[in-house]
Amino acid sequence: MARLIRLDRTGHTTLAEWTEGDLVSRESAVKAFRRELDQGMLASVPRADGSAEVVRELPLDADLVVLRRPIAGG
Amino acid sequence: MEAAGRPSLAEAAALWWREETSERTLRRDGRRWTAWTMWIVVAFTAPGVVLLLLSPLTLPVALGCFAHAWFVPRLQARRGARSVVPLGDKRAVRRQGAGDPGADGVALGLLGDLVGQGGRELLTRSGLALERGELGTWLVGERGALMVRPGGRRVDCWCVGVADQDGLPSGDRVAHLLLALREDERGFAKVANLGFSGAAWRVRRGLPERSCAALDAARGVARGRTGAGDCKRAG
Repeated sequence: MARLIRLDRTGHTTLAEWTEGDLVSRESAVKAFRRELDQGMLASVPRADGSAEVVRELPLDADLVVLRRPIAGG
Repeated sequence: MEAAGRPSLAEAAALWWREETSERTLRRDGRRWTAWTMWIVVAFTAPGVVLLLLSPLTLPVALGCFAHAWFVPRLQARRGARSVVPLGDKRAVRRQGAGDPGADGVALGLLGDLVGQGGRELLTRSGLALERGELGTWLVGERGALMVRPGGRRVDCWCVGVADQDGLPSGDRVAHLLLALREDERGFAKVANLGFSGAAWRVRRGLPERSCAALDAARGVARGRTGAGDCKRAG
């Protein structure tokens, strides 16, 4: 089962979970994803090879999508 | 989002006026830091020498000049090293409060998954996450990052953090920086501010004792060797 999580003050919160065949859960995940992006969160898909990819649309084939806050120079 | 054929960090794309970070800009900035350090040493040492040549009675003032020539570069390197705050460092605890142990545990679990089995041990021991990049080998903390340049002799110290850290557990602060770095290394360097660039031994002197192992490991990777090495103080 794929997960959409948001890094927040609780450690992280699972916003949505979906499976390939479940259209309702997929639609709900896409809505949750868009809502978070509208609120200024950034989405990242960690890959098994140690890289990560910036995404603007929810990749439904990903196992894990992480929403994070923006970073800035100190 | 793509910039010049590579994935672009959203934060970096917003900084359109800033120069793209590359090997060339890093080499140039490194040379500038070296020149600046040499200038500081000469600017304080030369008057001291002149004073001594004029009269040995000026020795106390000359010693003051020499002390400045030694102290100012050391202070700059220490400031660079301390721009990185290791996981669980007391400076972060003072600033953010003790935090919720439950949230900290959840955040550390995710961070452990991100760094993998090999990186987890070093992270626990040193408070810094090691990440291999194209520009160099990075060490990421709750705030700030160090980058050991290829060859392992020079270290760049970067000031960077989560823009709104409010309430974030310490592990999540590291995870934010690590994800951003993995998304786009050059973009990460563009967003971060270069606070210092100099010899690894100078930076090492300013690091907390437990983080020396991470610097040694990163230098090993940058030299093409792996392994943490010991943590004896150098210099």
